[in-house]
Amino acid sequence: MSSDPLFSSKNLKVLTSPLNEDNPITVQVLGICSALAITAKLEPAIVMTFSVLAVLSVSNVVISLLRSYIPPRIRIIVQLTVIAAMVILVDQVLKAFAYEVSKQLSVYVGLIITNCIIMGRLEAFAMTNKPWPAFLDGVGNAAGYGIILVIVAFFRELLGAGTLFGYPVIEKIGLYNIGYENNGLMILPPMALMLVGIIIWIQRKRKPELIED
Amino acid sequence: MKSFSNTYIFVFASVMVILVAAILSSAAMLLQPLQQKNIETEQKRNILASIDIESSASDAGELYDKYILESFVLDSRGGVREGVDAFYVNMKEELGKPDEEKNLPVFVGLPDDGSKKYVVPVRGTGLWGPIYGYISLENDFTTVSGTTFGHDGETPGLGAEITTGWFQDQFKGKKIFDSEGSFISIDVVKGRSDPSSLNQVDGISGSTLTSVGLENMLRDCLKLYEAYFKNQMKKIQ
Repeated sequence: MSSDPLFSSKNLKVLTSPLNEDNPITVQVLGICSALAITAKLEPAIVMTFSVLAVLSVSNVVISLLRSYIPPRIRIIVQLTVIAAMVILVDQVLKAFAYEVSKQLSVYVGLIITNCIIMGRLEAFAMTNKPWPAFLDGVGNAAGYGIILVIVAFFRELLGAGTLFGYPVIEKIGLYNIGYENNGLMILPPMALMLVGIIIWIQRKRKPELIED
Repeated sequence: MKSFSNTYIFVFASVMVILVAAILSSAAMLLQPLQQKNIETEQKRNILASIDIESSASDAGELYDKYILESFVLDSRGGVREGVDAFYVNMKEELGKPDEEKNLPVFVGLPDDGSKKYVVPVRGTGLWGPIYGYISLENDFTTVSGTTFGHDGETPGLGAEITTGWFQDQFKGKKIFDSEGSFISIDVVKGRSDPSSLNQVDGISGSTLTSVGLENMLRDCLKLYEAYFKNQMKKIQ
């Protein structure tokens, strides 16, 4: 059994590549649905990020630990069971300790189960890798997902509601007095899709190797 | 790829399911008291909000004790029913019962302006799921002094707008009885309502079904209290 150092360059790559050139949202284009739904405000976006982080890293480790015991014929069912169990745990914990946020996220916590990023990582990575790299892969992908969520939510909350974390930024710097108005379109889901599109555009402009064909 | 026998697959799946079930049910049991407390705090905040008192999760209990004088439960003929705690009445269950068995809670609030408000719960169906809330009446039992609405899954930006200030504030000053004293409830009108009308508010564009659901909820639930309100109105005349 070869023992890599904990943060060997290979492991670091597993952790950092989802942040940029292998980003789950902008490059793999997974998890778009939740990215549209919960990015109208920063706070739920951040809570969603941490929920996905918890679910993805723990499920990745569990599946990786069990990888040689899981019968391939029922592996998808096993993966889904682990994910669903984690999601229910996260949902219960949020209801107990962060009730307000859990109300805002409402059904979307439950829908983490259907977030393609998670099943995708279990199937593509955890089934064939050791627990530690699987953990890093989970953290990396959740962070890559979260970065996009936070960027989108930042612009949507600032331009759509004029606030950041509920703090009235635009009002405090007095932009309303000179005729500025919030853009209501920002609050609606289509704008999230456009913002994700703009991020994808900028990212591919800077990294032409990501462009297919 | 390793192959596994069918027996192994069955044993693996069974053990996994039992383990997961055990973990989840113990977590649910451990966290239940905390969750219950959050739900009660939320209910107190909603009742307070309907009489225009802002509260936070930390001071809701204290403010509730200060501003809510009493609460009681009515039957459908308007008489007080003893032995039921209004705070713990579950409207979802009550609405499913036949009329004569329904427990109808009333909360009496006394804000700083010194006039009593009567808060009653409402519950109905929106587009995707339940909508609910509290509506408070002035001590003439006709004029709405405030409302607070909530929902489980209405569309954000459309139906979910029923929780916003602009929508709820419209109800202030509207009347649920007409000048002859017959029950008319409040209509949620598509487009612009007549500003001089005392029982119309603007609906939300793009969410007709939530608006209709809300209108039905108000009519159906307030109707249950009609007998009580009329008795009280006679008393003050």
